[in-house]
Amino acid sequence: MSAAAAGTGATVPLVRVERLRVHFPLRRGLLFERTVGHIKAVDDISFDIAPGETFGLVGESGCGKTTVARALLKLVPASSGSISFDGTDIADLDAQQTRFFRRRVQSVFQDPFSSLNPRLRVHEIVGEPLVIHRALRGRELRARVERLLETCGLPASFASRFPHEMSGGQRQRVGIARALALEPDLIVCDEAVSALDVSIQAQIINLLSRLQSELGLTYLFIGHDLSVVRHLCDRVGVMYLGRLVEVASAEALFAAPRHPYTRALIEAVPVPDPVLERQRDHKPLPGEIPSPLSPPAGCVFHPRCPLAVERCRAEVPALRTIDAGLVACTEVHRAPPTSSRPGARPGSIPAP
Amino acid sequence: MISKEGPGLALFELDRLSVEISTPNGVIRPVDDVSWSVEAGQTTALVGESGSGKSVTALAAMGLLPSPPVRITSGAILFRGVDLRSLDPEALRRVRGAKIAMVFQEPMTSLNPVRSIGHQLTEHMRLHLSLGKADARARAIELLRRVGIAEPGERLAQYPHHLSGGMRQRVMIAIALACDPELIIADEPTTALDVTIQEQILELLRELTERAGVGLVLITHNLGIVARYAHRVNVMYGGRIVEQGEAHELYANPRHPYTVALLDSVPRLDRAKGALLSPIPGSPPDPGDAVAGCRFRPRCGFALEACAAQPPPLEIDARGHGAACFNTAAVLSRAEMHGEPRLHPA
Repeated sequence: MSAAAAGTGATVPLVRVERLRVHFPLRRGLLFERTVGHIKAVDDISFDIAPGETFGLVGESGCGKTTVARALLKLVPASSGSISFDGTDIADLDAQQTRFFRRRVQSVFQDPFSSLNPRLRVHEIVGEPLVIHRALRGRELRARVERLLETCGLPASFASRFPHEMSGGQRQRVGIARALALEPDLIVCDEAVSALDVSIQAQIINLLSRLQSELGLTYLFIGHDLSVVRHLCDRVGVMYLGRLVEVASAEALFAAPRHPYTRALIEAVPVPDPVLERQRDHKPLPGEIPSPLSPPAGCVFHPRCPLAVERCRAEVPALRTIDAGLVACTEVHRAPPTSSRPGARPGSIPAP
Repeated sequence: MISKEGPGLALFELDRLSVEISTPNGVIRPVDDVSWSVEAGQTTALVGESGSGKSVTALAAMGLLPSPPVRITSGAILFRGVDLRSLDPEALRRVRGAKIAMVFQEPMTSLNPVRSIGHQLTEHMRLHLSLGKADARARAIELLRRVGIAEPGERLAQYPHHLSGGMRQRVMIAIALACDPELIIADEPTTALDVTIQEQILELLRELTERAGVGLVLITHNLGIVARYAHRVNVMYGGRIVEQGEAHELYANPRHPYTVALLDSVPRLDRAKGALLSPIPGSPPDPGDAVAGCRFRPRCGFALEACAAQPPPLEIDARGHGAACFNTAAVLSRAEMHGEPRLHPA
């Protein structure tokens, strides 16, 4: 069984990622360039996204989550493995099919200050995909753009503004309006709310939720803020150094994380409650993420892992089904039974 | 290095500080009548969103704002009761860098890329502590070990680009510690770092306050970090402190509509995916916009007529808790009615 089959039940997935590898060659030399090694940005990753679902990918910088997104958007080729969208391998699409694919898959980026063209007005930014793919012009185009802006909570009068005339939250709404212009099935949100102020972040999170329920969108939500991921996602995959270490429903993952890295990641996040935080006593995860140039042998997490034993240094653990989730760790049964976080129940996983 | 004075006299105190910047479009006041203090061995947090004035407050406290165009128009900056504004440059230099140290947000840009770690670590040690080369080197190795850097001897010869973000921030902290400061001002010290590294750095700073009795001013936008590490909290909005209090008290009984709304709007890791969040409508004010009265008024569900006329004063009660709001009574009764803070009427 591939890891992808678990978790989504009987529905046909919209996205199926199977044993995806994205390796970037490392080249040396000017005249006689040669490949001296590979960075394994993404190494043997499988997951599914069901229609209408929000799948979260979390992990720290350099874990490969953005590379997964870029591969899914067909911006970098897979070194091996496959990505299927709506049943078709995206590597097999011809030019015309690729154009159709690009209509159906859109993206929202992190930084609303650098991802909008500063020389274009809002109606040009939002209207550009409609001009290219739908050949809309004139009044029809303008009306469609204004409707999109209103859908995203901006007044139609913003159509003639430039990006610098708007706040960060408003710019991110423009980015979302543009992503919606071609009525996509899937939106890849890469750190889409990370650059926003706290009070604005909630507005955009709510907008994403509302659009999903109104338009039946599917999201791949990439983030490092676990609180946001918990709030938005149905299922979550945790990445570390190019590998997926745990996949589970958001509910199970946050209530009862199994992989030692997931546990460390969740425990590292302080919650806004001094009473809970002062009761909590735990040690930070030691060490740093190793260089992807020379990842550790065996389990990539073993140098920092509290549970590591001899075999972890040699053997790469495969994703195995534990309760309702998938965990790439052979030693989970040795994890201490309690978590430092009140409310978390590592021993029990609620039925899905 | 525990405070020699009895409790009550603050290690460091800002007293009614106001800062103005002259711009071609007029005068901006990014810090307006701000007072807070920190005791030895304690952590005081300044929390707010971008443009709230929290970083400018810290830079003003350190005397690091370029003048002109920036000018401190009123107030005092008291370190152990001495107003730093009254000191001559030589006397100020003896305090700043030695007794008061600063850790900045960007470890990528605040270290000098063309100087070795060893040079940057020993530079002000030799200046402030008059150490010789060998002594300074020995102390640098000791400091790097103390902030959790492996193989400190080899690191001295390395340059910032050899180090990861977390390592660079540790080096920044080691530099801050070099002269045994009594106060550390940390401006978003972990914002650029991953969560597991963030925790390592914050635990290190906490250990310094608890073991060495250093006073810590922690500037952040993260309400979780404030809850975990701060003793006293100052919530800033539009250049003013809108609420001040002990962390437990402020989180349990927030009195300012902005604090209530902020706590209400963040998704929490310990809460399951649920209904929609309660965002604060509108956006934070631009420091350049002139607003008479309370700066939160345009976004506030509790605004009264009086709020438009003048900014409400920050009134601190006997327990050290207070909010700058004319309608605190309504905020509190609303919170009681609902059992938990809610800002926006349904």
